[in-house]
Amino acid sequence: MATKSYIDAVREAMDLALEKDNDVLIFGEDVGKNGGVFRATDGLQAKYGEDRVFNTPLAESGIGGLAIGLTTQNYRPVMEIQFFGFVFEVMDSIAGQMARNRFRFNGTRQMPIVVRAPYGGGTKTPEMHADNLEGMVSQIPGIRVVMPANPADAKGLLLSAIDSNDPVVFLENLHLYRSLKGEVPEGYYTTPLDKAAVAREGSDVSIISYGGGVPVALKAAETLAKSNISAEVLDLRTVSPLDIESIGATVAKTGRVVVVQEAQRMAGIGANVMSEISERFILNLKAPIGRVAAPDSVYPFGQAENDWMIKADDVVAKVMEVVNYD
Amino acid sequence: MVDIVDTNKKALDFDNQIAAQDDTFPMLSVLAADGAIVDETAVKRAELDDDDLINIMKRMLLSRQLDIRSTKLAKQGRFGFFAPTAGQEASQMASSYAFNDDDWLMPGYRDIPQIIVKGWPIWKAILWSRGHVLGNVFTTADDKPVNSWMPQIIIGAQYVEAAGIALGLKKRQKDAVVYAYTGDGGTSQGDFYEGINFAGAYQANAVFFVQNNGYAISTPRRLQTAAKHLAAKGWAAGIPSLVVDGNDPIAMYLAAKEARTWATSGKGPVLIEAITDRLEPHSTAGDDPLRYRTQDDIDAWWQKEPLIRMRKYITTKGIWDQEKEDAYIAEVNTLIDEQIKIADNVPKQKISDFVKNTLEVPSYAMSEQIKRFESEGK
Repeated sequence: MATKSYIDAVREAMDLALEKDNDVLIFGEDVGKNGGVFRATDGLQAKYGEDRVFNTPLAESGIGGLAIGLTTQNYRPVMEIQFFGFVFEVMDSIAGQMARNRFRFNGTRQMPIVVRAPYGGGTKTPEMHADNLEGMVSQIPGIRVVMPANPADAKGLLLSAIDSNDPVVFLENLHLYRSLKGEVPEGYYTTPLDKAAVAREGSDVSIISYGGGVPVALKAAETLAKSNISAEVLDLRTVSPLDIESIGATVAKTGRVVVVQEAQRMAGIGANVMSEISERFILNLKAPIGRVAAPDSVYPFGQAENDWMIKADDVVAKVMEVVNYD
Repeated sequence: MVDIVDTNKKALDFDNQIAAQDDTFPMLSVLAADGAIVDETAVKRAELDDDDLINIMKRMLLSRQLDIRSTKLAKQGRFGFFAPTAGQEASQMASSYAFNDDDWLMPGYRDIPQIIVKGWPIWKAILWSRGHVLGNVFTTADDKPVNSWMPQIIIGAQYVEAAGIALGLKKRQKDAVVYAYTGDGGTSQGDFYEGINFAGAYQANAVFFVQNNGYAISTPRRLQTAAKHLAAKGWAAGIPSLVVDGNDPIAMYLAAKEARTWATSGKGPVLIEAITDRLEPHSTAGDDPLRYRTQDDIDAWWQKEPLIRMRKYITTKGIWDQEKEDAYIAEVNTLIDEQIKIADNVPKQKISDFVKNTLEVPSYAMSEQIKRFESEGK
């Protein structure tokens, strides 16, 4: 297995999908000759032609409508929203149209669309480029939200998403694009949607996270190990719908839980995980569930980012609270 | 030599730019309100034979009868949401006559009649109106696919999706187009512009209709935009755009036919603004037009409605008479009666089916819900 960056894994998945199926189309702002502003589609237009990998005019709602329309001609659109913070411009296509179409047409139409977008802080972008908006799209029935935390999953989950007849919002962590490298299996493979993965085995406490929160949780687990606290890290991978069985298994194993998200505390996935645990597995708990999340302010200006974002130390401190609770 | 001083003067002449809008979009008109032909050349260009003329008349009558019956049924509480269509028969039924089964229809919520003439049975239209999912299955009575999307509720969404269908048809090298309908209010929506602009940028196979019926619920056309013609918005996207007398069936058909030819030849989309009037309320859900327009205005538009002129035209031609019209209306009413019975007898919708249809592969929690609702017979 070769070691690859997160973004190389994303590109490789699209390359393999284009190769495997002529009906796969990739489009978005600047994805053509330029290869995307992060080079996620670098070289794909040269390899597969302008008919299959192409630029769109600069309008997110138009991109979403294009994807929906193309499904009527049996294409499998992989559309890019340049930054997930721009998603508000395409919310009707995502939430009002593609997510509802299978239901709306009584199962007679499929929406095999992938909405790819980078999200997340840590790179000092201008406003509206870094927000964690997964909570918002996870409230929509009829669409999956997938957030890989490492290169191998980025590739396998993206190939699964492209293969799926249901629409998928596929969120790629901007900070991890180049900073995170990992072993990536060769060739075409799929990683199952709706399935969490144990990113690190442990027995004293479960840290449940996803996307950019997972490397933070793993770093915290590393620190905790030095104090002889064995932390299990569960990587949700798909944040909507949740893998309730895997959540239940880790809760049963450790009885202590800390949920970790990069999003603001009020915004979503962590709360969903906590409510599933409360509803289904509360008798397994030995302590109240801890939560690490960003403050309930609007995403901050670049210079304040480091102070605002969650850190491994925050996770360590919360785990200590939960572990020491009696 | 370009006279730069003169060029600059023109560039800064804002008054002239505003004035020039008036003459930019002359209205295509073939059949006057009294049924007289005002342009014989255009009639020849339309290439409609007697059968075609009768078919268009019948489609318009079908639409009018559906409108009358639906409005009555809505008042009796036997119908759901219904957006009246009276007055728009030419802009809906004569325009759509120019398209084939292979073409894709992107309707707005008032564009139910165009879907019906593509083969979607009336009982499904009734179910759509009543709020039953089987009304959203776009197949014929014998289950063949109908190339239509559902009547779009979100104003303008059908336009961006139409651009996608248009691009898909072009990529698949199909001899087909997408034809999409919105209203005057729809042209204010961002998706309207994104749709025509994307289709234009890709030179894709699309014909876009704006049925300028004077009102978006209560808001008059003049409050939507400073543009003197809605067709001018097509020029901003660089696509051929024209204004048509939307109450003139021959003009509407001719414009649609030529636009379709243009769009299938790889030259890109066309925008057609049809000047018409919504003679009735916005919907049967309590809208009262007299809150925002006068009865005189409504009465004046009734004199110009499309059925009057079409009836006169084909009667003068000797291919139509009152007897034929009465017989056809009776036929339509029998059909509607039968279709209401079918709609009355479809099975009740199930919550378990709703959950099943939300994702192809249900989640853990959804599977629990499906099991629960099935066990409760819901």
